[in-house]
Amino acid sequence: MRKLKTTTKIDFATYIGVIIAFVVITVLMNGGMLTRSFSGMLVPICCSIVMAVSLNLTVGILGELSLGHAGFVSVGAFSGVIASQSLVNAVESEPVRLLIAIVVGAICAAIAGILIGIPVLRLRGDYLAIVTLAFGEIIKDLINCLIVGVDSKGLHVLFNAKGTLTVQDLNLKEGGSVIIKGAQGATGIKTISTFTAGFILVMVALIVVLNLTRSRSGRAIMALRDNRIAAESVGINVTKYKLMAFVTSAALAGAAGALYGLNYSSLVSSTFNFNMSIEILLMVVFGGLGNIWGSVIAAAAIKLLPEMLRALADYRMLIYAIILILVMIAINNPTIKGLLGKILPKKKGDEIDG
Amino acid sequence: MDRFAHKRGKLVPLPSDSLVPERDLNSAPVLETRHLGIEFGGLKAVDDFNLTIGKTEIAGLIGPNGAGKTTVFNLLTKVYQPTKGTILINGTDTHGMSTAHVNRIGVARTFQNIRLFNNLTVEENVKLGLHNHIKYGMAGGILRLPNYWKQEKIAHDKAMELLSIFDMEHLANHKAGSLPYGAQRRLEIVRALGTNPSLLLLDEPAAGMNPSETVDLMENIIKIRDTFQIAIMLIEHDMNLVMGICEGICVLNFGKVIAKGSPEDIQSNPVVIEAYLGKKKEGE
Ligand SMILES: Nc1ncnc2c1ncn2[C@@H]1O[C@H](COP(=O)(O)OP(=O)(O)O)[C@@H](O)[C@H]1O
Ligand SMILES: [Mg+2]
Repeated sequence: MRKLKTTTKIDFATYIGVIIAFVVITVLMNGGMLTRSFSGMLVPICCSIVMAVSLNLTVGILGELSLGHAGFVSVGAFSGVIASQSLVNAVESEPVRLLIAIVVGAICAAIAGILIGIPVLRLRGDYLAIVTLAFGEIIKDLINCLIVGVDSKGLHVLFNAKGTLTVQDLNLKEGGSVIIKGAQGATGIKTISTFTAGFILVMVALIVVLNLTRSRSGRAIMALRDNRIAAESVGINVTKYKLMAFVTSAALAGAAGALYGLNYSSLVSSTFNFNMSIEILLMVVFGGLGNIWGSVIAAAAIKLLPEMLRALADYRMLIYAIILILVMIAINNPTIKGLLGKILPKKKGDEIDG
Repeated sequence: MDRFAHKRGKLVPLPSDSLVPERDLNSAPVLETRHLGIEFGGLKAVDDFNLTIGKTEIAGLIGPNGAGKTTVFNLLTKVYQPTKGTILINGTDTHGMSTAHVNRIGVARTFQNIRLFNNLTVEENVKLGLHNHIKYGMAGGILRLPNYWKQEKIAHDKAMELLSIFDMEHLANHKAGSLPYGAQRRLEIVRALGTNPSLLLLDEPAAGMNPSETVDLMENIIKIRDTFQIAIMLIEHDMNLVMGICEGICVLNFGKVIAKGSPEDIQSNPVVIEAYLGKKKEGE
């Protein structure tokens, strides 16, 4: 038998670990041994894992800082909710509707990723951080302007830019329902997310990111991170692979968003704020840049810890601020990069010197 | 837009630019530059650089530090876009091409300051050299379709074959960044060869190597030329290496070509001697 590569072993261990966790939790849940608050956190934890794993693709594997991952989650959440709510009558089966919603959420977030990525990823330098930060803030305001309803004639969408429109302006027919009410967000959502769906989505995200990393395309993405000029010198198309990583990352975040959105009966866009983006980034940094199983554990831990140690919650914002500053310094400062070189993957190759 | 780019492509090569004029008279040269130049804020780092390199030629580019040698490589590989002149690779004008595009038409290189993918393994580094010769896409890689396994197997075998040039197969699973200096330089050459170039540019390949490593390197450079039938242009300060393996030599000083010719011509050329001795005096 051929000796298995270390990376193959790590990937297998990651899958097995997630499967075992799922089985154990399911057994405990069926035996009634889990508290209500813990059971209620299972879907959000799965969503956070997918968000962290997907952000790690951009930050750890591509080596570009993104500060607006929650924006993609938000796009996925609201488009997924719209898809699911407008298909309540057409698609009876909840799992099928959830699947459709997740796919719609992923596609919409991917489109947002393409729209941002094409202009920004062509530039050299840390522009992505600034633009994704702005995107995360702007998308909240855009969704606040949406008024969406559905009736027998189909989907009605209003963009309430001036703030003068109301739900009445949708002119819904008898039996129609409102899905998104502007700043009040989405209400009356039929909650169809399940822990099993969350587990499957985590597995899909892991397979996509890990298999991508071990493939020709993933190698090209990591080559750009390690040394852009060398990557170009062996014929690698910079924009193509940056875009591939960034859009895949956005699509997975969108899928997580759809699952998240359909886990609650109401949803407001301010949920997906800068704090959420930073929380996801924190998971990636704690788990280790480029380390996928690390992100899985860090995401679960960061979601669970405040529950277990409620006292810590007061300091969370302080910790975020400190970590954010450290991340920025680590990514941009050559001296500190050198010091952290053993822990964090290096990013160099933008300076031209021969 | 440069409206005359296509016309320049048809220029008849001037024999005086050839380092070894008698070679390959009937086939298009691998590299031809015409009046190549670049300015950095008024400083002409390279000026009116004309050079022709024939297929399977080993050419040397020498000159004191800061003469513009690395800049010539950066121009040929489009790390910098030239401000003047034309570069023809196998007869194709590279005007407006990117670094990646120039590589795909046959130019590969190593770097004076080693640029490996440090967090990836030696094998992955070589497979990145093979990137454009591995034929499967993103979906094939994620879904691990049959073609993924087939192509990765081919890439693995090819990578091992290339590593065997320098007897480096046993290092395949080591991180590139953890290799000793000399091995890193050799790995850069292997990675460049993976792209299947017709012109290989080596920027100070022997820098930091001990004399016995340098002798091995000289043999290997000739072996690479003979096996792959490619042209090699190298920048090097080790005169034993340059005079030992280069068939033609071009000497740069302050961005200008001050001499061209065979190793014997160059060694006895008073202008060259003065450029080198003059530099030494400055340094003292
Ligand atoms: N990007 C750049 N900007 C400004 N000056 C540069 C740049 N690259 C090279 N130079 C200048 O061009 C000259 C030649 O440098 P280089 O080609 O590296 O010399 P060498 O012959 O030692 O390889 C030097 O004076 C250097 O300072
Ligand atoms: Mg140099």
